[in-house]
Amino acid sequence: MKIRKPAMAGTLESSDCMVTVEPAVKGSGIDFELESVVIHQFGQAIKRVVLETLDRLDVEDASIRIVDKGALDCTIKARVECAVYRSNSQTSQLPWGGAIQ
Amino acid sequence: MSNPNKKRLRRSMMFLNCQKPGLIKDPYIYKPDSIMLDLEDAVAESEKDAARYSLFHALKEIDYRGVERVVRINGLDTPHWQEDVRVCMAGGADVIRIPKVETPHDIHTVERALALAETEFGIEPGRTLLMAAIESCTGVMNVYDICRSSDRLIGIALSGGDYTKDLQTTISGTGVELNGARQQLIIAARAAKVQCFDTVYTNLDDMDGFRKEVEMIKMMGFDGKSIINPRQIPVVHEVFTPTRKEIIFSEKVVREIDEKKALGIGVFTVDGKMIDIAFYDGAKRVIELAKASGVYKGDL
Repeated sequence: MKIRKPAMAGTLESSDCMVTVEPAVKGSGIDFELESVVIHQFGQAIKRVVLETLDRLDVEDASIRIVDKGALDCTIKARVECAVYRSNSQTSQLPWGGAIQ
Repeated sequence: MSNPNKKRLRRSMMFLNCQKPGLIKDPYIYKPDSIMLDLEDAVAESEKDAARYSLFHALKEIDYRGVERVVRINGLDTPHWQEDVRVCMAGGADVIRIPKVETPHDIHTVERALALAETEFGIEPGRTLLMAAIESCTGVMNVYDICRSSDRLIGIALSGGDYTKDLQTTISGTGVELNGARQQLIIAARAAKVQCFDTVYTNLDDMDGFRKEVEMIKMMGFDGKSIINPRQIPVVHEVFTPTRKEIIFSEKVVREIDEKKALGIGVFTVDGKMIDIAFYDGAKRVIELAKASGVYKGDL
């Protein structure tokens, strides 16, 4: 899936994270940036969850910034998916259990 | 065959806003009978989509440890409810609560979408149950037909805020403005053999008032109450769980009626009270409620 326009999802509340995605030049890959209160303990794990989620959504080129406030994996996935589909203006007939899982 | 979960214990049903990950990640620690994951009024219009992703992953990945997972979808007058039904089925929700139900047609409309979504996501047909929120005077007037509208329907719930608005009054704290609706709902639910749940009590600083209201609705015949804070759970469970005295008396009634019936005796006394067959179902119900609440140690 292509990131068609900048989009955000999530909040800066505890147990949440704020995800921002922006379009990137084709072939440039994923530009990942993370700010987290637990970056030393869970930075790599958060990055893995984000990249796996983008891979499932078939996002190849994007700039993604995460500001994490102690979100669980399920919340990180939910926010990344929401931001990606918002960038495509799609809110219905979503592939629950398919690309979203 | 009827779904065995239709009649499960539902003393407390706790509302949780799906927009807030911190709220939906571990509510099972408070041990409500059911949680109500809300996609409707608690979620801002601009976050309806975000709430669905959170709901989906919560349903798929969080172990709610036996707590029933009810999802309140958006109203049929919104563009959101059909996708809400799809995500409920994809995630495996136990019950869908339909807001603002006014006629059986509303139930049938969701039932059709639910059946399609069950097929789409490979869910066993009939596994997912429904409940109807009654929030208007029209809904109250049609409540018996609503109660009988679907085999999937576990029960009905009064939504006091919207109902009193439609009634052109306000919540007073005395309950007088809700009397008619409460009576009509519980009578209809009992006649149709479905469960009946009371509205929320929003004044969290008045726990005495809350307890009085829970005691009153228990006496009226309700099965449980919608709640908005974990502090309210122990009060509801205490009021709705039979006391040791009630259990002992009910055991005696059941045993005595069984015994006397065999001897051809219709009326007798238990602990000084006149008892006849009319007391049998009530006593059995107390025993069943005690069993479901985990406090029954007897052998009936």
